[in-house]
Amino acid sequence: MTAILSLKDLGMVFASTTGGAGVTALEGVNLEFQPEEFVVALGASGCGKTTLLNVMAGFLQPTSGAILLHDSPITGPGRDRGVVFQKHALYPWLNVIENTAFGLKLQGVSAAERNATAEANLDLVGLSEFKSHPIYQLSGGMQQRVGLARALTTNPEILLMDEPLGALDAFTRETMQELILRVWSKTKKVVFFITHSVEEALFMATRLIVMSPRPGRITHEYDLDFCRRFFELGDARKIKADPDFIKMREEVLSIIYGEEIQE
Amino acid sequence: MALARLFGNGQQETNDPYGAPGSGNSTYISVVTIVVILLGWWLATELELVRALFLPSPGLVFSKFLKIACYDHYMEAFLVFLGAQAEVVAECEGFSENPLHMHILWSLYRVFSSFLLAVVTAIPIGIAMGMNRVARGVFDPPIEFYRPIPPLAYLPLTIIWFGIGDFGKIFLIYLACFAPLAISARAGVRSCSIEQIHAAYSMGASRHQVLWHVVLKAALPEILTGMRIAIAFGWTTLVAAEMVAAKAGIGVMVLNAARFLATDIVFLGIVVIGLIAFFFDVLMRKVERLLVPWKGKA
Repeated sequence: MTAILSLKDLGMVFASTTGGAGVTALEGVNLEFQPEEFVVALGASGCGKTTLLNVMAGFLQPTSGAILLHDSPITGPGRDRGVVFQKHALYPWLNVIENTAFGLKLQGVSAAERNATAEANLDLVGLSEFKSHPIYQLSGGMQQRVGLARALTTNPEILLMDEPLGALDAFTRETMQELILRVWSKTKKVVFFITHSVEEALFMATRLIVMSPRPGRITHEYDLDFCRRFFELGDARKIKADPDFIKMREEVLSIIYGEEIQE
Repeated sequence: MALARLFGNGQQETNDPYGAPGSGNSTYISVVTIVVILLGWWLATELELVRALFLPSPGLVFSKFLKIACYDHYMEAFLVFLGAQAEVVAECEGFSENPLHMHILWSLYRVFSSFLLAVVTAIPIGIAMGMNRVARGVFDPPIEFYRPIPPLAYLPLTIIWFGIGDFGKIFLIYLACFAPLAISARAGVRSCSIEQIHAAYSMGASRHQVLWHVVLKAALPEILTGMRIAIAFGWTTLVAAEMVAAKAGIGVMVLNAARFLATDIVFLGIVVIGLIAFFFDVLMRKVERLLVPWKGKA
């Protein structure tokens, strides 16, 4: 199988503003994204997860190594990689469907065509009846669903999600996890998903990468199938209470805490 | 009971003793304040506590208003226009050779042409300052230097440079409007979040599209606030601008009246300026609600 996106020995050093040694945010990151993968990055604050996502999105240029999309290097942000942010990324001067169709409007797609695409994606996240609502009247969970629909509307190959559920309450968060998984299984996009929550990471990932800080690097990788079991069983609680799941959860937690204790 | 409703604090009204301080409706209290001020004014003159030279009675100011506005003249003319069998006998005296509405129109012309000139120049410059370090470097020192200087201080300079015509007056008011507009536009450009910018880029936006569709839209609420502040500065500078060689204008009217100790007309001029500025601000707030309904909510 050919990788859609590959990161080769990627490194990122932020120059120090005071003239001392720079901060190594990423070091020796190797990662390949195969079609239809759901890759989750998990790690404590400062482990370079968001830097990694920003490099993949093209907002930052790596200081060493290479990042290739279908064998051509990434030089900046582009439509082939859709991004969902934690918050503050929607445009309050546009309503729900205008936000969703924004990317197509930039391309000069006709209003009828872009609204049809936007509406299909709003339908996918269950928001089509709110299409004319202003953004600021929606709840946090609904705003994140607009963010997801918006990222899908430009039809990217990869969805980059930077803690998209981090600002939501625990109940909304669980519903949103299932919604994102369903959208993923329908659209077959490659997903790169960042989270702080071990349970969320295990539940959603087909591949889990655990990162550790100073310097930010990948320390562990797991292939997982809890999300596939969720599609068979349809009951998220049952999977999260499964002994396999709990065992895995404790293992990952001990890795993360183990690293913290070493410091 | 009614008094308790008026003066009881909003927290009690909303049954929220531990809520944010200062919440609750204050409209009734403002109405009462205005009534009390007017009543105090009337009482002080009615009881002759203060001489009319210092404090003319409300009735006197109102009758001066009717006289300067040429109420009788225009009322008769209006009746004739409607077909009444009469002649227009009342003369239109006005003040300083002009009826009130001419003074108002001249002042409106000066303030709003200065304001519009400032809007079309200061907002682009402020936006450029927010987006471009060269523009910021160029415009920051002059704006920050002249901004705190009172317009009266550079009034003589505008006369020396531009003479006693209308341009100098408009230029003075223009300068007063310019700084708050430029500063608010510059701050507005900064009010857009990095996520909003990144999101646009990852949807394929060009730099030009990000500026136009994201940064400028996000700056709109601050720019509108700047416009409200700027027009208020314009009104505060009006009297200074009309000090020299103006034939008509509210400022002229007030200054000439002061020269003749016509305190009632001074009062009238002040009230007229206050009311016009107030109603324009109300209008701007409505425009704000229409154009930027998301302000303070997102």
